[in-house]
Amino acid sequence: MPEKVLMKGNEALAEAAIQAGCRFFFGYPITPQTELAAYMSKRMPKVDGTYLQAESEVAAINMVLGASAAGARVMTSSSSPGVSLKSEGISYIAGSDLPAVIINVQRGGPGLGGIQPAQSDYWQATKGGGHGDYHMMVFAPSTVQEMVDLVSDAFDLGDKYRMPAMILADGMLGQMMEPVALPESEGKALPEKEWAANGHQNKREHHIINSLYLQPQKLEEKIRERYERYHVIEEKEQRAECYRTEDADLVLVAYGASSRIARSAVNKAREMGLKVGLIRPITLWPFPTKAIAKAAKTAKAFLAVEMSMGQMVDDVKLAVQCSVPVHFYGRTGGIIPTPGEVLEQIEKILGGDR
Amino acid sequence: MGIVFEKPKAITDVPMHYCPGCTHGIIHRLVAEAIDELGVEGRAVGVASVGCSVMSYDYFGCDMVQAPHGRAPAVATGLKRAIPENVVFTYQGDGDLAAIGTAETVHAATRGENITVIFVNNAIYGMTGGQMAPTSLPGQVTQTTPYGRDIKTAGYPIRVCEMLATLDGVALAQRVTVDSVRHIAEAKKAIKKAFQNQLEGRGYSIVEVLSTCPTNWGLSPVEALDWLRSNMMPYYPLGVYKDVTKEEV
Amino acid sequence: MEKDLNIVLAGFGGQGILFAGKVLAYAGLQEGHEISWLPSYGPEMRGGTANCSICISKEPIGSPLVVTPNVLVAMNLPSLDKFIDAVEPGGLVLIDSSLIDKKVTRTDVTVCYVPATRMAEEHGFKGLANIILMGRLYAEIPFCSEENLDAGLQKCIPARKAAMLDMNRQAFALGKASKE
Repeated sequence: MPEKVLMKGNEALAEAAIQAGCRFFFGYPITPQTELAAYMSKRMPKVDGTYLQAESEVAAINMVLGASAAGARVMTSSSSPGVSLKSEGISYIAGSDLPAVIINVQRGGPGLGGIQPAQSDYWQATKGGGHGDYHMMVFAPSTVQEMVDLVSDAFDLGDKYRMPAMILADGMLGQMMEPVALPESEGKALPEKEWAANGHQNKREHHIINSLYLQPQKLEEKIRERYERYHVIEEKEQRAECYRTEDADLVLVAYGASSRIARSAVNKAREMGLKVGLIRPITLWPFPTKAIAKAAKTAKAFLAVEMSMGQMVDDVKLAVQCSVPVHFYGRTGGIIPTPGEVLEQIEKILGGDR
Repeated sequence: MGIVFEKPKAITDVPMHYCPGCTHGIIHRLVAEAIDELGVEGRAVGVASVGCSVMSYDYFGCDMVQAPHGRAPAVATGLKRAIPENVVFTYQGDGDLAAIGTAETVHAATRGENITVIFVNNAIYGMTGGQMAPTSLPGQVTQTTPYGRDIKTAGYPIRVCEMLATLDGVALAQRVTVDSVRHIAEAKKAIKKAFQNQLEGRGYSIVEVLSTCPTNWGLSPVEALDWLRSNMMPYYPLGVYKDVTKEEV
Repeated sequence: MEKDLNIVLAGFGGQGILFAGKVLAYAGLQEGHEISWLPSYGPEMRGGTANCSICISKEPIGSPLVVTPNVLVAMNLPSLDKFIDAVEPGGLVLIDSSLIDKKVTRTDVTVCYVPATRMAEEHGFKGLANIILMGRLYAEIPFCSEENLDAGLQKCIPARKAAMLDMNRQAFALGKASKE
């Protein structure tokens, strides 16, 4: 096991990408993810990689599109307002069946919002910030170590399913340092991309990387084909951590930074004798409906905890299918809820049962 | 019997969708001839932009990537950085290059991105049915300037080559047209040079081709060529605005 | 370590608040504890004040944002004013008394007044008031072995700056000795 080092989340994401074989990074500065780009600017030249500061997020995501079309393992990163700008490109990347990893170190919105941590881009990430019928895989790490582990998965699964994948982090995870063990995977073989537009060398038909289908029948066919892939992903790639849920009357659902707070609240509630557990979605798309549906068979209620006005709670409700009540508690605008606040909600909901 | 005329190899057999009299066909051919003559089709990757030339991905025989509107220079940047041994070109219209994609164009140029840019300027948005372009002339009637382009409200056209020639990263900025045999020969030379520059690592090369749009100009093909000569050429003078190979001598 | 440490270090930018936090975090890591280090960022940072939250625990850490610290190190008055009421009853408060005149009125916390900045200047450790305070913190709560503490310092100071490491060690010892 490699020695553990303390790393900021932002830097760990960058190093993990390099370890995963990413040699192309196109970025643009924005708080609170800038350390990631800065780290890449320092590291990429040392591994014969490319770091390029684009003229905008719009340009950066399209450079990602180009490098991905050429068959390269490529990444970009930004924070909420910047991801809005990238959304056009993400739609094209999805529509062209290209893999790419996009990092969103979320901050408060809408508009310029604020620069403190938030989780108010859940809808944008999971329901398609760009136009059209499409999905990208969305991973929600809750520790710096998990940020490292999920970057590598995001690249691999993106390649496997030929689609964009997002790491949905937030300012707290990006800025904090925790011990991490970096995988020693440098130099591992990357999958062959025989679809790439990298010159046919007069040996094959020309490849066209494209999202335009002027005939509706063709477009529908293409989208249906893509959705078949999405269904496979929904079946096979859901991930969630279930914490003390077996006997829980109340199941909290929280991801990323807010899941850490929820976990503290669960522990405090347990000390008080309250039967409370936590489901922590690790993939937000596909949403872990199976874990939630299973818990809904025994739990009396759910409580979604988010750093937003309530976005993921919609998916919790869909997964619970009205079988038990789904409550919500959130803070937004850059405020991080405290375990005490969450505990209060837990007590309020379980009040009658005590 | 010897063959005196044939389709360039770098053009596919797919029927083109361009309107009768449109000069896109000629320009496609010149690009394909340059690719053939330099023997680079096998390693060429073209970037199709949004506009009338969006489906050029079907017409060029090399690998092709279709870019979001205006973003072709950024997509080409990603391609060229990932596969520097390949030959990367964009084929963009005036709306794509000089309106929505101005930032990407200027920055790819100033970075000296080692790519070839074919810029088709026909002073109008063709694909969407004839609206004002950034290069529409003062007084020009379009669907969205029904009383003629009023410079007081719509501003002035952009002279792209002149603007880009001020940037250090640009290797070649040349304006040509394809209204006559002589001009077509000149255009061919310029396009070939723009590819040659890339092969020799000189940086961003742009060839602006003044082009016609008979359909949206509401003119016959012959009248359109006359309009180009009498209206576009005075405003957009043909010529070499920057050529580092000249400076090298 | 008997109980989890939830530490807030606060002061002006340039006093080495984030660095001192990193030393604690690395020392805790060497000891085999769970660790988190979370800086304030944004306008606060640019406006001249800096603070960071450090959690050292035997259990996985929930929220890395310390809202009710059991250790507060204040290196300027605004920081003391901002955090003093949040300190857990029974907690420890370290104050750089060469920069803060004010006395703490709370009686349910242990307060140590350490003239760290003056001590640093007097001993030729200019800029190491932060480390002097860490020395005192360690004297009050020895959360790891001396070896691991030193290893923490070594992790935070590049090997090529050997002289710097030595000064930090001395400053740390000075702070530690201030308890007697």
